[in-house]
Amino acid sequence: MKILVCMKQVPQKDAPLKLNESGTWIREDVSYEVNEPDAYALEEALRQKEKHGGEVVVITAGPARSQQVLREALAKGADRAIHLEDPAFVGLDAINTARAFAAAIKDEKFDLIFTGLQSDDYGYAQTGVILAELLGWPHATIIMQIEKADGGIRVKRELEAGYFQFVDMPLPAVLTIQSGINKLRYATLIGIKQAKNKPLRKVALAEVQDALSPNLLKLERLYVPQKTKNTEVLQGSAGEIAKKLTEKLRNEVRVL
Amino acid sequence: MADTILVVVEQREGKLNRVSWETLTAGQAIAAQTGWPLEAAVVGSNIGSIAGEVAGKKVGKVYAVESAKLDPYTPDGFAHALKQFLSARKPRLVLMPHTYQVRDFAPKLATALGRVLISDCVGYKHEGGRLLFTRQMFQGKFAADVSFSGEPTWFVTFQNGAFRGDKVEAGAAAAPIETVQADVPDGVVRNKPHETFKEAKQAVDLTQAEIIVAVGRGIKEQKNIELAKQLAEALGGEIAASRPICDAGWLPMDRQIGSSGQTVAPKLYLALGISGAIQHIVGMKGSRTIVAINKDAEAPIFEIADYAAVGNLFEIVPPLIEEVKKAKGA
Repeated sequence: MKILVCMKQVPQKDAPLKLNESGTWIREDVSYEVNEPDAYALEEALRQKEKHGGEVVVITAGPARSQQVLREALAKGADRAIHLEDPAFVGLDAINTARAFAAAIKDEKFDLIFTGLQSDDYGYAQTGVILAELLGWPHATIIMQIEKADGGIRVKRELEAGYFQFVDMPLPAVLTIQSGINKLRYATLIGIKQAKNKPLRKVALAEVQDALSPNLLKLERLYVPQKTKNTEVLQGSAGEIAKKLTEKLRNEVRVL
Repeated sequence: MADTILVVVEQREGKLNRVSWETLTAGQAIAAQTGWPLEAAVVGSNIGSIAGEVAGKKVGKVYAVESAKLDPYTPDGFAHALKQFLSARKPRLVLMPHTYQVRDFAPKLATALGRVLISDCVGYKHEGGRLLFTRQMFQGKFAADVSFSGEPTWFVTFQNGAFRGDKVEAGAAAAPIETVQADVPDGVVRNKPHETFKEAKQAVDLTQAEIIVAVGRGIKEQKNIELAKQLAEALGGEIAASRPICDAGWLPMDRQIGSSGQTVAPKLYLALGISGAIQHIVGMKGSRTIVAINKDAEAPIFEIADYAAVGNLFEIVPPLIEEVKKAKGA
């Protein structure tokens, strides 16, 4: 099976984020990492390849720094990478991101495309589903298991409140992958070495520009959310905090 | 139907998903501020009784978009039927709950119509005649106001708990119901879904717990779970976790709180090293008292905490266990 994995670089989970001066985006001088659900999508693609053979290709859109995500994926076992490299890709809405991906892979023939179920920055949870629609492919979301079946695949969708559902679907297809579908591997030293010689195709914004349109939605402002609760901050040493909190639990929360 | 607000309520296997009332509450509020008429739609097969239930609310009209091909739910079927319906009616604004089902078909639907969806909103603003939709970004660390810059139809989904479903206004009289037959030709629906099922009987029902001690990534290592367990034991509560902890196998899946786990509202929710991503918050924000211990002062969990301790949980929890034991012994 030939599988494409769409990946994204996002700010590190515990990185302190600051707003830029215009309050429209974050300051970019933070540490970045791979979007967590995308790491699971990559792992699942590698496992499928190990089972059924084929090829794993990874793709991302973003500035030069986002190449790191592709390098890590190649080190873990992806065969080649596609980098839509331009800072402008960060500001695209989900439909334009999907259009850019579709344009960049128009000469390829994939059986499956994986994305993480959502990104840790925007969190729209849309790109994979939109990509399926643009390609005219079926899709399934929030996937926890993938198996080959007669004429296609059988996937396990996670539903809400602990429910699941198996779905049979033909190929090619787009799947959005849930975190926790598998156990992530680490890159090996040999893998890291080999990654340096694996092909990485760069795609400039100009090459996909014709497929894009102006964003149909506008992020007007970004801000620290207003607090809706009166939070009492417990100050002091660890021991003092423990004492104060115990008092609150006994006298105000009344659970002791 | 120009300028109309259409709320698409959610039905699953013939039952109305109660979160739909929240979306309808939002629709009623936006309708009151903009003066735009409000209508509702339910999509599926044999949905007459659900349409009737919705028609009891303050809404101009209810459409029942029907086809046998819409049972069971598939993204192909729902997107096809709704595209047909919306192309004919052209509402200005379509509101839906941000459920797993809606996430599955709404981006496809909007794309098929050449439109976009602002997903997972927690509120809206009506400013100078414009509508802005507020959503959380960067895992809840920031909020963003987002507007539509293209032509309607505009699609919006609201996060679970963003509006009060119990505040939905009843209508003076039952709204008219119009049944619309959706034409879903053979071949449109490509996926074949099987019956839904539960993995295993849940060993613990966290919804019944009065005290929950929940751990997140801040617990760092599997062996440190023991510390949280000791605190839970001292308090007489249950141990629970955010999704990454269960994904890592440090606690079983049935201990997970959040959108893909259990939704709880205990007397006390003590969050240890939980940053407070949206997916976790929706599962516990109804707790009567929330205590958060986290080293990151900017962690979104503090936004909803009643008591906050900014510091190292590994220094705070051991004396806390001792103090709790002392207090209980007294």
